[in-house]
Amino acid sequence: MTAVALSGVERIFRTGKGRQVVALEAIDLTVGEGEFVSLIGPSGCGKSTLLRQIADLDSPTSGTVSVFGKTARQARLDHDYGIAFQQAGLLPWRTVAANISLPLQLHGVEKATAAARVEQLLEMVGLSDFAKSFPDQLSGGMQQRVAIARALAEQPKLLLMDEPFGALDEITRERMQSELVRICQESGAAVVFVTHSIPEAVFLSDRVVVMSPRPGRIVGIVSTTPVAGVERGEAYRDDESFFHGVQEVRHLLHSGHATDGPRGEGAR
Amino acid sequence: MTSLPGQRAPVSKVTAVVAPIVLGAALIALWQLLVRAFHIHDTIVPAPSDIWHQLTEEHTLIFDTTRKTGWNALQGLVIGTVVGIVGALLAHGVRVLREMAAPIVVAVSVMPIVALGPVLYGLFGGMTDTARIVVAGIAVAIPVYLNTLRGLQQVRAVHRDLMLAYSSTPWQRTWAVTLPTATPYLFTGLRIGSSLAVISALITEYFGGPSDGLGFTINNEAKSGAFALAWAAVVGSIVLGLIFYIVTYAVERWFARHR
Ligand SMILES: Nc1ncnc2c1ncn2[C@@H]1O[C@H](COP(=O)(O)OP(=O)(O)O)[C@@H](O)[C@H]1O
Ligand SMILES: [Mg+2]
Repeated sequence: MTAVALSGVERIFRTGKGRQVVALEAIDLTVGEGEFVSLIGPSGCGKSTLLRQIADLDSPTSGTVSVFGKTARQARLDHDYGIAFQQAGLLPWRTVAANISLPLQLHGVEKATAAARVEQLLEMVGLSDFAKSFPDQLSGGMQQRVAIARALAEQPKLLLMDEPFGALDEITRERMQSELVRICQESGAAVVFVTHSIPEAVFLSDRVVVMSPRPGRIVGIVSTTPVAGVERGEAYRDDESFFHGVQEVRHLLHSGHATDGPRGEGAR
Repeated sequence: MTSLPGQRAPVSKVTAVVAPIVLGAALIALWQLLVRAFHIHDTIVPAPSDIWHQLTEEHTLIFDTTRKTGWNALQGLVIGTVVGIVGALLAHGVRVLREMAAPIVVAVSVMPIVALGPVLYGLFGGMTDTARIVVAGIAVAIPVYLNTLRGLQQVRAVHRDLMLAYSSTPWQRTWAVTLPTATPYLFTGLRIGSSLAVISALITEYFGGPSDGLGFTINNEAKSGAFALAWAAVVGSIVLGLIFYIVTYAVERWFARHR
């Protein structure tokens, strides 16, 4: 079964006085179960808008979105996905533990069960010592880890992430990427991950979806699964196949409107 | 400790407390000196020592009148706060109400509310404190209403998206996000209102009502030439105002500590 299927999705924003922005046009995309797919493109190309269609935080002007074979709306009502935004979006008046248990509390999970789950999640993101801290007492990277733990709280089979590492420094960012890879391998969740960092997209993803702005379209999709025998670990960052993936995505991004993936030679 | 050029050393807590006290004491000493040196008559301004004398001599009177005014102000504060919060919740929930209320709120907030004093004594009778409490209540309700309403509208887009993603009910959104977001704003309104409550309750006493309270005492003693005693009552009103302010300020700080 597919986790996400978009077909012919178009989103037009009417911005008053008869003006309109075509944020998404003719988007066809499927994401398999357990698959990690990144969306990459210059800012304003509709990455967030695309993610919001999947999350049912916004609805397409035309086309269909299905999540685990249901409508996006039904999937949202069934709590089928976890979500993390660029801003951690923690509730500042709640402790770290209370932030993570928010979805559990809202969905009526029993207190003791929720507490045990929160403890588990805190350990997973390495913040066990900060359960009783408040968000304003944490660094940006730690806050983002709390947000990720919150997104994972209900063990969703789909994780939606909108530039979750955008505000982090390079070192923290690479560490978080490795943690995310580990977490995804453990949970087997499918991920739709928005970024504008090419190495990040290649490192994390099975496939990278390259988008172009005005109107927001998919320019091409690059398969970035490491070759057999290469683990998605620190060594992968120095591997030939990683460089190759980076190069391919970059060419596609810069070509802007190529429809099939250039393989280096013909692109210039 | 080293500090970079252009960077000021933070003021230590001791300095922050001691400096104003020293300044205050110096001003009072200067005041005392000037009154004595130029033989200023106490109808113009009494010496601090005379005021102090009245404060100790008449401490029962000062304490009782302060308590009386304080109690009226407190009742007004509680009633006004409840009215302000309920009003803000209604206005936030029902758009039509908000729009209907807007011009009335503007009108009331620019009106000097104590001017209602004489009218309200007529309405509720001059033998009760009702008029004083009502005036204080109206004075408090306005800033509490305005600040709470503003607070209710401060919910961040990312929090709204999050709660939508969780398919939360409107009631869940209210208690989990909207109310906690609004709380610090509410207490800012309460802090502003607390000063207004004291001022309003006190000044309304000038216009009538029972023969007690700080405002009545100041007015009465000044008229009968007991200026030092009138000033002692002024000191009582300063203390009362400070108590209201400090308590509500502390509450406000407490609720805004994790932002
Ligand atoms: N609510 C909205 N109203 C009007 N225009 C919007 C809205 N949301 C996004 N847009 C427009 O849609 C385009 C894509 O935005 P977005 O999806 O945020 O891009 P990205 O996430 O790739 O930076 C932009 O031109 C943006 O201005
Ligand atoms: Mg975006």
